[in-house]
Amino acid sequence: MPRKEALKAALLSLILFAVFLGAWHIATLPKESTMAAAQDAEYAALMGKGAEAKGGFPPPAQVGKAFVAYLSEPFYDRGPNDKGIGIQLAHSLGRVGLGFLLAVLVAVPVGFTIGMSPLLFRALNPFIQVLKPISPLAWMPLALYTLKDSSVSGIFVIFICSIWPMLINTAFGVASVRREWLNVARTLEVRPLRKAFLVVLPAAAPTVVTGMRISMGIAWLVIVAAEMLVGGTGIGYFVWNEWNNLALPNVIFAITMIGVVGMALDLVFARLQKLVTYVD
Amino acid sequence: MSEHFLTVEGLGKSYPPAGGKASPPVFRDIHFHIEQGEFVCIIGHSGCGKTTILNVMAGLERPSEGNVIMEGREVVAPSLDRGVVFQGHALMPWMSVLGNVAFAVKSRWPDWKKAQVEAHCARYLEMVGLGQALHKKPSELSGGMKQRVGIARAFAIQPRMLLLDEPFGALDALTRGTIQDELLGIVQATRQTVFMITHDVDEAILLADKVLLMSNGPLARIAEIVQVTMPRDRTRNTMHHDPQYYRIRNHLVDFLVNRSRDYAGAAADARHPPVVRPGLADGPEAAIPEPASGRPAARAVHS
Repeated sequence: MPRKEALKAALLSLILFAVFLGAWHIATLPKESTMAAAQDAEYAALMGKGAEAKGGFPPPAQVGKAFVAYLSEPFYDRGPNDKGIGIQLAHSLGRVGLGFLLAVLVAVPVGFTIGMSPLLFRALNPFIQVLKPISPLAWMPLALYTLKDSSVSGIFVIFICSIWPMLINTAFGVASVRREWLNVARTLEVRPLRKAFLVVLPAAAPTVVTGMRISMGIAWLVIVAAEMLVGGTGIGYFVWNEWNNLALPNVIFAITMIGVVGMALDLVFARLQKLVTYVD
Repeated sequence: MSEHFLTVEGLGKSYPPAGGKASPPVFRDIHFHIEQGEFVCIIGHSGCGKTTILNVMAGLERPSEGNVIMEGREVVAPSLDRGVVFQGHALMPWMSVLGNVAFAVKSRWPDWKKAQVEAHCARYLEMVGLGQALHKKPSELSGGMKQRVGIARAFAIQPRMLLLDEPFGALDALTRGTIQDELLGIVQATRQTVFMITHDVDEAILLADKVLLMSNGPLARIAEIVQVTMPRDRTRNTMHHDPQYYRIRNHLVDFLVNRSRDYAGAAADARHPPVVRPGLADGPEAAIPEPASGRPAARAVHS
C-alpha cells in the first residue's frame, strides 16, 4: 500500500513538473516583434555565446541545452572564467566541508563542556546570543582584512555561520541527558571520559546531529553569497559570472545545481540522524 | 553501633525554602541498621522520603544531617559495592540488552576480556530469564523484561549490597509476581543483602526479613520495625496458608491506612523504634486464632 502511494506521488510530481515546463514554454514563446533583429545580430556577434539570452527570459528548451552542455562535460577547465560545473561545485563543497569541519571541531567540544557545566553555559550565553544573529557575510570585511585571502575568508564565513546551531544543540543535548542514565554511570563509578563517550555522547547524539544538519543547511546557503562576494571560483561565483554575461540559461542551470547539491547534503545528514537516533 | 553491616544514623533531609517559606524537613532522625544477608523493605506513603533515603544510601544524594555507614566506612559517594535498581529501569536505549549489562560489568572489572565479560553477562541475563533476548534493544522489550535487565545489571557487578527503588512499581500484577519469584530465588541462593522500597504489602511480606514502616511526611520517621517471622523458604503460592501471613498483613495495612499519619512529628525514641512481631503476637490481631502449636506470644520488644 505505501509503495503504491509513493508511486502515485512520484507520478503527480512528474505531472506538476510537466505543467510547469509547459507554462514556462508558453510564457516565453517568441513575440511577433522582430524589428530590431538586424541591430541585435551585430550585438550578438559582439557578445559571443552569452548573448543568446537577449530576447528576454529564456525558454525551457534553451535552458535544457545549457543543462546538456554543462553536464556532458562537467570537469573542463579553460581558464579562470570558464570552468566546468563539477569543478565549481567541488570548490564550493571543499570550502563548505573545511569550514564545517572546523566548526564541528570547535562547536562539539565547547558545546559538550557548557552542556555539562551550567555555570559556563550562563557565562558564555550572552556572547553566543549576540554573535548568533550576526549575518555571516557581515564578518566578510573583517575576515578579508585579517586573513588577507579571499578563499580562506570564505572558509571562515562558513565556519562562523555553522558553529552556532551545533554549539547550541550540543549544549542542549548534553544538558538534557536523562538524570537516571547519569546516576547509573555514577553508581558504576564510570570514569569521566568513559562516561562522556559511552553515556553522554550517545544520549545527546540525535540532538547534536540535528544541529549539524541545520548548520550544513545554513553553510550551503551562505557559501553561494560568500562566493559572489569574493569571486574566483565556486558555484556562487559561477552564478555571478554568468549573470554578468547575461547568460540566464546558465544561471538557471546553476540555481538548479545548488538546489540538488543542497538536497544531497541534507539527505546525508538525515541518514546520519537515523543512524544515531534511538527508540526509548 | 558499627558492628552492623550497614548503619543509618540520624538521617534527615530538608530542602531549601521555596517561595520564602521554610518548609520542615521531609524526614528527620532516621535510625536503622541492616545485617549482612538481610532483606529489608521500607514501606510508607508517597512523599515520606523513601527514595531520598535510598539515594543517600547509594551515595547519589547528600543528607542534610546524619550519615550512612557501611562496613565501618561512611557512604559519601556512589560505589560499585552498592548496586542500584532504579524505579524506571534506566537502561541505555542505544545499547543492546547485553551491552547494558556489559557496560556495568566492564566498569566493575575493566581488565576482563570481551569473551569473559559476555559470558558473565549472559549468565546473569539467563538467571532472569532473558537468555533469548541478549541482542535485542530495550525498546523491543516489555516493561517487565526491561526491569529484569535492570536487575541483572545490578546483580552482575556482584555488589556487597543491593538497593531497589520500587523495582516492580510499574509492572502489571502477573509480571510482578513472576519477577518477585525470580528475585526471591536469586536472593535466597546468593544471600544478598538487599534494601528495597515498595508500596506493595504482599511483596514486602514475601521478600523481607524485616519491614520498616515510615510515617507520613513531612517530619517522617521510622514508626515501627516489623519482623517477618515466617520461615525464610516462603513462596508466593503457599505464603497465604501460613496463619502468620494474615496477622502480618493486617498489621501492615492497618498501619498504612490508619496509623501512619498519627506519627508525624510525634516525639518518641527515634533511635530505637519499636520492633514488633505481629506474626507471633496476640495483640490487636488476637482475633485470628493461633496455630495449634501455640507459639509464645511476643509483644513489642525493643532492640
